[in-house]
Amino acid sequence: MIGNLAFRVWRALTYSVPLTIGCLLLAAVVIPSVLSPLFYDLGLARIASSGLNLPPSWEHPLGTQSEGRDVLALILAGTPATLIIGLIGGGIGVLVGTFLGMVSGYFGGRLDTAIRNTVDVGMTIPPFAILIMIAASFKVVTLPLMGAAVAISAWMYPTRVIRSQVLSIRTRGYVRMAKLSGIGDLRIIFGELLPNLIPLITAGAVNAIAVSILASIGLEVLGLGGQNLTLGTTIYFAIYYASMWRGLWWWWLPPVLVLVAIFLGLFLVSTALDEVANPKLRRASS
Amino acid sequence: MDLRYLLKRLVSFVVTILVSATLMFILTRLTPNDPIQALLGRMAATGSNIEGGAELVAMYRERFGLDQPILVQYLSYMSNLILRGDFGYSLAYFPAPVLPVIAGAIPWTLGLFLVSTIFAFVAGNLLGALATWPSTPRPLRYVIYALAPVSAIPYYILALLLLYLLAVIFPVFPIGGARTAGGDQSLGLANILDIVHHAVLPGLSIVLALLGFWVLSMRGAMALVKGESYLMYARARGLRDRRIFMRYAVRNASLPQVTALALDLGKVVSGQVLVEIIFSYPGVGYVLYNALRTADYFVIQGVVMFVIISVALATLILDLVYPLLDPRISYRDGQA
Repeated sequence: MIGNLAFRVWRALTYSVPLTIGCLLLAAVVIPSVLSPLFYDLGLARIASSGLNLPPSWEHPLGTQSEGRDVLALILAGTPATLIIGLIGGGIGVLVGTFLGMVSGYFGGRLDTAIRNTVDVGMTIPPFAILIMIAASFKVVTLPLMGAAVAISAWMYPTRVIRSQVLSIRTRGYVRMAKLSGIGDLRIIFGELLPNLIPLITAGAVNAIAVSILASIGLEVLGLGGQNLTLGTTIYFAIYYASMWRGLWWWWLPPVLVLVAIFLGLFLVSTALDEVANPKLRRASS
Repeated sequence: MDLRYLLKRLVSFVVTILVSATLMFILTRLTPNDPIQALLGRMAATGSNIEGGAELVAMYRERFGLDQPILVQYLSYMSNLILRGDFGYSLAYFPAPVLPVIAGAIPWTLGLFLVSTIFAFVAGNLLGALATWPSTPRPLRYVIYALAPVSAIPYYILALLLLYLLAVIFPVFPIGGARTAGGDQSLGLANILDIVHHAVLPGLSIVLALLGFWVLSMRGAMALVKGESYLMYARARGLRDRRIFMRYAVRNASLPQVTALALDLGKVVSGQVLVEIIFSYPGVGYVLYNALRTADYFVIQGVVMFVIISVALATLILDLVYPLLDPRISYRDGQA
């Protein structure tokens, strides 16, 4: 099974151009920002560490903004922060979604009804609205707190997808056989169901990360990002200080472009993974 | 229409409202610190205006009778909110209640939302269907598929880019607002054109962000319809290609898309809130932005409730209209 999966992923890597482009886009964003402490002074992201509103130069490759922060340092420090929020939010979302989806699909009955109705009601309540209230209720918004909060918008979709997949796997021969031979529920869940769900969970995880980043940037653009230096708060201050009207394009444009690269990368990867996880989609598109 | 179906939808609408109002109550009451104090602190940190902060805290305590048992607090909160539509007072415009502050912004938000959502839905589904139709020229197909990745970019990012491109570099459209300041308020043609002119960029940000989504999901829906025998029969009867496309393929494939529209409404409204901020469009999103800047807690709560209620209402309307579009659904009871 694992070998088969690895083979399928390898084949997807070699023939799926979107996946390759998506990975390259993400690498182009992640690698420089992770290695940045080695080659750039991130202390320049502090207030008043540089001159105000300087255009790009050798000293400040992306110029500086109105609080005296170096824009390149802001981007290099803000990208990992934004990605960490995405990983925490997406991770929690997929874990919770997988757990609920499996419980709901496998055990059925009242538990299933309860979980299904919760998701149905939850899906009509825009998570962003609830998030505004949550973010507005905390004095200090740390990165992990922001990550945990945006997970609220990331668990419902995985729950649905995993549940419907479990419903279909549950009736297959090998699961029935396992049940008949008296194997415990836990072993069936971890030994029979989970391995078959891995491609779906992976695709769901990438999607959940994108959803979490989307929500966190949205909150930050509203000014609810607290003191964190992220791409979203950089954009908030660029809007707050009217950088666009003042011709300070080097302030607002770089974080916008990095976000475009992140979202396009995640979109391409998740579409490609969807096709790996769901061979039916591949047939429909060709 | 099936009475049980109607009842079920109404119940789920009421449950959604009750659940979210309760969530708001829990959030304001059970967070580790006083939400108003927290908001004031954080707004001060981001350099926002916090006039009249002390009175705000005092009024908050008095209004909610924080010394009373939690159940009494809950019941009075719910009856104020649901039965009387009382969201409290705006602090920036004290003593104006919250409701009129929001109500003044609703027409702008609703107009922008309806026009751009409907336009994106119709255009996206038609383009998506065209992309899968065999007689569509290849170059057009590539153009349509190129729209798909654009939908991955968030609304506010598209809004910033469009604003820079079409209002700053090439000043074709105004940089913000909903109408030219100081103009007369009459409903003349010039005024209407002015309003449309101001709405183009915010609308375009929303439409562009949505188009790709509809193109992709319509592609999936068309793939299911394409194998149906009624299409083959229509072709055998020698009907014109355009008629088969519109009446037989698109019409059937777009039915599940209406359900997808209902699921997507929340995302669209949240996105529009941010687009309005970027274009200083005087809708509900802009009210929210100003309320956040001035720590106008009850207005924030009011806008959030407004978004929740309007999405739930729109979902309800779509759910009730759907059986009229697809008569099969009313015979199915249970899950629809």
